[in-house]
Amino acid sequence: MSSDVAAPGADLEANGLDERSLYLRRLVVRALEGGGRGHVGSSMSLIEIMRVLYDDILVYRPSEPEWSDRDRSILSKGHGCLALYVVLADKGFFPLEELDRFCHRTSILGGHPEAGKVPGVEASTGALGHGLPIGVGRAIAVRHQKRQSRVFVTMGDGEIDEGSVWEAALSANKHQLSNLTALIDCNKIQSAGRTSEILDLEPLADKWRSFGFAVAEVDGHDVNALRKILRSVPLDPGKPTTIICHTVKGKGIPFAEDDPEWHHKSSIRADVIRDLYAALERA
Amino acid sequence: MRQTCVNMVFELAKRDPRVFYIGSDLSPDIAARMTRDMPGRAFMEGVSEANMVGMAAGLAMEGYIPFAHTIAAFITRRCYEQVALDLCLHNLPVRLIGNGGGLVYAPLGPTHQAIEDIAIMRALPNMAVVAVSDADEMRRLMNQTLDWPGPIYIRLAKGGDPIVSRAENGFQIGRAIPMRSEAGASVALVSTGIMTKHALTAAELLSEQGFKTNVLHVHTVKPLDVEAIRRCIHGVRLLVTVEEHTIIGGLGSAVLDSLIDDMGRGAPAIRRLGIPDTFAKSYGSQDDLLETYGLRPAQISSTITEALRLMKAA
Repeated sequence: MSSDVAAPGADLEANGLDERSLYLRRLVVRALEGGGRGHVGSSMSLIEIMRVLYDDILVYRPSEPEWSDRDRSILSKGHGCLALYVVLADKGFFPLEELDRFCHRTSILGGHPEAGKVPGVEASTGALGHGLPIGVGRAIAVRHQKRQSRVFVTMGDGEIDEGSVWEAALSANKHQLSNLTALIDCNKIQSAGRTSEILDLEPLADKWRSFGFAVAEVDGHDVNALRKILRSVPLDPGKPTTIICHTVKGKGIPFAEDDPEWHHKSSIRADVIRDLYAALERA
Repeated sequence: MRQTCVNMVFELAKRDPRVFYIGSDLSPDIAARMTRDMPGRAFMEGVSEANMVGMAAGLAMEGYIPFAHTIAAFITRRCYEQVALDLCLHNLPVRLIGNGGGLVYAPLGPTHQAIEDIAIMRALPNMAVVAVSDADEMRRLMNQTLDWPGPIYIRLAKGGDPIVSRAENGFQIGRAIPMRSEAGASVALVSTGIMTKHALTAAELLSEQGFKTNVLHVHTVKPLDVEAIRRCIHGVRLLVTVEEHTIIGGLGSAVLDSLIDDMGRGAPAIRRLGIPDTFAKSYGSQDDLLETYGLRPAQISSTITEALRLMKAA
């Protein structure tokens, strides 16, 4: 666990991203180049959430991914895995060079993350709506074992269309899982278009409150705000927590930001890779 | 069998701290007893199968052995993706207990009948599928569930089913049990679940008519004991599979799948007896529907004698 100690507002580029955020995004582009494909927008919106979790919040040991007393972090929106992969690689769970082999036949890194293959990945996800029920089970388990471990489940906003998310929310409330935090990467766009048009989730915070969660909303690209709120979970000692992270799909890539077309790209050409890198250069 | 199964969960839980119980919205007694004696290890999670199974996966990831229990049709159909990915992809030791496999819920109609549960469960990598014949055999099965490494689907019958299993035959998941072996048998009946009782009765009827018959009880449809099937059908003219399940993808399909690649000209003729490709059109009792589909012992026996007659004529 390293700690990013950048002062508020320091080292920020015009798009509000500091060098570490730009670096992690460049690693995502490295994997996109290696695999020639990937969920671009879905990963870019997640970077600061993953970064802050692994830089500042989670307790873990990269050399011992199964360490019993670690915090459990489940990326339920598995299609955002590039954001997780680059952070895990940066932390030393596996070599950075593996990013160059993203989606290759013999790589451990596929288009959706698999537990047992990728050190640090807690659950195989990709089909949506699976992380929170698994997180409920794990939160009950670690509490039963009287561990201090916490469980974090990161979901997409499109993902929470799934009924299983709300089944799990009922259960988390019933069991008063204060050791469980749901993070929502709320970028307002799902695969086929805007969440407001496809299946409106609003009023989202009120929905989670009514399901018995303590809820906070935060700018999901504001590293300091994320640190502050995540350091204060559980927000209520008797309740599970939901943090709605307002994000921008494709964040950091001006020509991809807030554009459903950049949810996923296959056959990414070399000139597009060049453009992606150029967008992430410091001004 | 049903009561024995939940009682065994309680017994296993007392014996092994890894055992948890997750109920849906039935059998509140077991959850209450466990909560009383072993607080924090039994939950009633309501009518939310997807969460039940995901939650069971989460517990298993932390080293526990959860028994998730509800009606068979719901624990297989409703949450199939959770079963496939959360349990089978992760290869976790979760046990799914399905009440009312087959036609048990005849009076409740097709929504509650698990007629394709074996097919869809056995199609999943890593899943074991078990349908025992009676309460005594259930006890033997449950004693082995602590050591099986991956997920298991346990199909329950109605309860109060006649005891046909015998202690001396032992029990091992994945090991079929010869229930009746006759020298020079011309017919082999291969069955699972409570249909083994009907197969044994049918074998008696066939024997009375001079047709020597073997009966193999395949309590574990997956992994399938192919060697035992080969031994059972050695030298017979007719192999008949008998199951309270659609003929698409169940025991009969599994037997054919396993034999087809290496069966030469010496292969017996094969008939698959089961539920045709239809939802139930009527109510009544489980036996009523078995009769509708020709699965009562006398019907099984007469179907076989007719098949043998036609084979002889040919």
